[in-house]
Amino acid sequence: MADLSIEFAGIKAPNPFWLASAPPTDKAYNVVRAFEAGWGGVVWKTLGEDPAAVNVSSRYSAHFGANREVLGFNNIELITDRSLEINLREITQVKQAWPDRALIVSLMVPCVEESWKTILPLVAATGCDGIELNFGCPHGMPERGMGAAVGQVPEYVERVTRWCKTYSSLPVIVKLTPNITDIRTAARAAYRGGADAVSLINTINSITSVDLERMVANPIVGSQSTHGGYCGSAVKPIALNMVAEIARDPETRGLPICGIGGIGSWRDAAEFVALGCGAVQVCTAAMLHGFRIVEQMQDGLSRWMDSQGYQRLADFSGKAVGNTTDWKYLDINYQVIARIDQDACIGCGRCHIACEDTSHQAIASLAQADGTHRYEVIDEECVGCNLCQITCPVQDCIEMLAQDNGKPFLDWQHDPRNPYRIAG
Amino acid sequence: MIDTLSHLPRPHAGAVELADRFGDLAPPLTARQAALESARCLYCYDAPCVNACPSEIDIPSFIRSIQQENVQGAAQTILSANILGGSCARVCPTEVLCQQACVRNNAEECAPVLIGLLQRHAIDNAQFGEHPFQRAPASGKRIAVVGAGPAGLSCAHRLALYGHEVVIFEAREKAGGLNEYGIAAYKLVDDFAQREVEFLLQIGGIEIRHGHRLGVELSLSLLRQQFDAVFLAIGLAASKRLGLADEQAPGLLAATDYIRELRQADDLSQLPLAERCIVLGAGNTAIDMAVQMSKLGAHDVNLVYRRGFAEMGATEHEQAIAKANQVRLLTWAQPQEVLLDDQGRVRGMRFARTQQVDGRLQSTGESFELTADAIFSAIGQAFDASALVDPLARELKREGERIWVDATLRTSLPGVYAGGDCTALGQDLTVQAVQHGKLAAEAIHSHLMSNVEAA
Ligand SMILES: Cc1cc2nc3c(=O)[nH]c(=O)nc-3n(C[C@H](O)[C@H](O)[C@H](O)COP(=O)(O)OP(=O)(O)OC[C@H]3O[C@@H](n4cnc5c(N)ncnc54)[C@H](O)[C@@H]3O)c2cc1C
Ligand SMILES: Cc1cc2nc3c(=O)[nH]c(=O)nc-3n(C[C@H](O)[C@H](O)[C@H](O)COP(=O)(O)O)c2cc1C
Ligand code: SF4
Ligand code: SF4
Ligand code: SF4
Repeated sequence: MADLSIEFAGIKAPNPFWLASAPPTDKAYNVVRAFEAGWGGVVWKTLGEDPAAVNVSSRYSAHFGANREVLGFNNIELITDRSLEINLREITQVKQAWPDRALIVSLMVPCVEESWKTILPLVAATGCDGIELNFGCPHGMPERGMGAAVGQVPEYVERVTRWCKTYSSLPVIVKLTPNITDIRTAARAAYRGGADAVSLINTINSITSVDLERMVANPIVGSQSTHGGYCGSAVKPIALNMVAEIARDPETRGLPICGIGGIGSWRDAAEFVALGCGAVQVCTAAMLHGFRIVEQMQDGLSRWMDSQGYQRLADFSGKAVGNTTDWKYLDINYQVIARIDQDACIGCGRCHIACEDTSHQAIASLAQADGTHRYEVIDEECVGCNLCQITCPVQDCIEMLAQDNGKPFLDWQHDPRNPYRIAG
Repeated sequence: MIDTLSHLPRPHAGAVELADRFGDLAPPLTARQAALESARCLYCYDAPCVNACPSEIDIPSFIRSIQQENVQGAAQTILSANILGGSCARVCPTEVLCQQACVRNNAEECAPVLIGLLQRHAIDNAQFGEHPFQRAPASGKRIAVVGAGPAGLSCAHRLALYGHEVVIFEAREKAGGLNEYGIAAYKLVDDFAQREVEFLLQIGGIEIRHGHRLGVELSLSLLRQQFDAVFLAIGLAASKRLGLADEQAPGLLAATDYIRELRQADDLSQLPLAERCIVLGAGNTAIDMAVQMSKLGAHDVNLVYRRGFAEMGATEHEQAIAKANQVRLLTWAQPQEVLLDDQGRVRGMRFARTQQVDGRLQSTGESFELTADAIFSAIGQAFDASALVDPLARELKREGERIWVDATLRTSLPGVYAGGDCTALGQDLTVQAVQHGKLAAEAIHSHLMSNVEAA
């Protein structure tokens, strides 16, 4: 069996599945249940200065798929709404009872040196394994100059990170906000400030839906609403890209990354690891299904690793980073063509209409005597865009076949059609 | 009352219990079920299901509207292709029509989308403040429709939509045709058939004259003189005969006669019950008859067919309904003799065993007898030739006994159109009749309008 244990930024954990700082890690009761279920670590719900935050009702909303499956999740909650004292006491107790699990404390206090200087020793006294700086909360807290308001200004990120490294010996993980143009700017700032790792993403500014009867967005508070933070399955692609951007940035080379955003299965987690993460955090999937999901995640990941011959996470961590590059380095001579498996095809016509209306008119619809249609790819017209394969409802029915066109590797930088090509 | 069965007892069960047994065969979908099922539709392009629907309903479109919580829009899409979409959703043998063709109708996809039930969901749940179709300005044209069954009603609605005035001449007291008098009670429950007719008539411009029977009170020649066009939709008003001696004996009658009585009964416990009965035939009518008698409380219902299961007109789904209602299906047996008791009433039937030799049906020489209190013949509906007796009507070209029409529902007589069961075109199904009516209306309209333009 593969060994799932990790050491991430100096923090040891029996497995890489951690719960992200959020309601699942809000108090001892939840965290103990999470550890009982098998989670390798938690990032405690973000602590702040007293008085504790006060939340509104209601707080969540979602973007649903056709079968009411939750595609994306949105919240307008603030950081912990319990006193600092209670949280610190519970953290101390839980860490004592569960010494083998990673227990990281998320923090958000005003961008003032004194505030950090005061809180850090209190946190260290709990015996926790590290701290995570919440520079990401996109709703509520930024209006008070915290959370994303800090995360969006590289100088603040660097400065606060440095204070933390100065006033604490604990590993410092900087949690980044995705509500920013270039995620690398923030990661570089954290790196300069001495961060031991970055974690990302926090939630994305969002409005999931509008109640058209009441003419107010969701979630509704009285007769009003406000934008929230988006997370869950829908944000995974955004998170993966941001992780990859940092992983392949030479300026922050070697900076450990903890992946967060839309992780709900072992496969999601493996993808984050492949793009350079050393651990992952989960929030929404646990909120929707409970802590038990970690069982299938652990089991699935270790079986897959066994099948691949990976003994530990480090064996494949970052393996897909090298293959992620800029557009200009892609092989312009590479060509794939769609091929329909006629035995698997159920004749829904979706590939045809998609290509016909919106792409390259490369799938012919041939009327059959019995009134049905047969769909065939016109090889000469197919540009290999994948659209038909994506809209096809049958798994593996359309295959994108690499063509042996005899042409050598050629990127745009050297393509004669590029007026600004590199000569030579 | 059905005279020839007046000697039989009444059902043991009370009216309430019976009404319950005759409840909806396929109950409507709940909102949750409709949401789940509509999400299963792949929104196919050139969808095979549409091709398989005789009335060409845009199925992917209406299902997507349901998915998007727009049942009103879904209903309008259905009704614009099939104004009797509500009854079709209930009576169509979807297993051989739309759902048969659904791309999800295979093991890999688990099951076809339940198109019929979704169609019913849309129609049942749409609430139209006013009739959803508006008539074009009056054209000044008048059209006679003979027969207020699905074909006649569908034609009338489409014609009224185009601004024409329509008079429907109907022999019976109620409109609806077999929707009112023939379809099994558990498929079209309560007064749905009448409510649907009322809805359809809301468009205006349609007058129904009951008690006018072509061949008796009406002649085709007169209709053609008085109207700009005539649409014949008189269905199949007669039943095929067995051709045996004693066919008039008390205890033997056409299944459709019994079903008509049943459909009109306010209190099912007052119907005659044949505790032991024989139903002859293998189509929908035979199944419906057998199942309904079983529901009334008969404990020995035998459906006898001269050929095998594979040749049965009733679909597998229908056969399964029969079996689920304790109907015994006997194949390869042909009626030979009606057996009478000493008072001359049916006591059973003798059958010859049959077999297929070189594609021909033959008697094996063996025979057997079944005891029965009544025999219901459901070996097929027949064209009632007495409707076409006036000199002009006699000129109509026929195909077999039915009226010949071309693909645009024109008969051999200019200005006279026909559709539904009384023609040989297509299958004898409600949805087919609706489509005929619709196409005939289109043909009549374009003919009348082209004359206007030319004038
Ligand atoms: C027992 C039974 C069960 C059936 N079950 C199903 C089913 O489950 N699903 C399905 O799709 N189809 C079913 N069918 C077939 C379906 O009912 C017919 O195909 C459909 O009703 C045909 O419509 P129509 O308008 O052509 O004829 P009809 O419905 O027969 O209507 C003809 C109308 O014309 C009137 N009429 C007749 N003669 C004259 C005249 N001389 N002058 C004036 N008016 C006249 C009649 O009174 C009637 O109102 C069933 C048929 C029967 C008999
Ligand atoms: C209700 C809710 C509250 C959250 N509160 C915090 C918080 O206090 N601190 C924090 O750093 N992130 C918070 N987050 C963000 C999550 O930790 C996580 O970064 C985000 O949800 C993306 O992961 P996911 O897609 O697995 O949910 C919260 C998320 C949710 C849904
Ligand atoms: S989308 Fe797939 S299943 Fe549908 S017609 Fe095309 S190849 Fe066949
Ligand atoms: S009318 Fe009948 S065949 Fe057509 S879609 Fe509806 S249920 Fe299916
Ligand atoms: S064939 Fe089936 S899946 Fe496709 S549009 Fe019709 S009902 Fe939907």
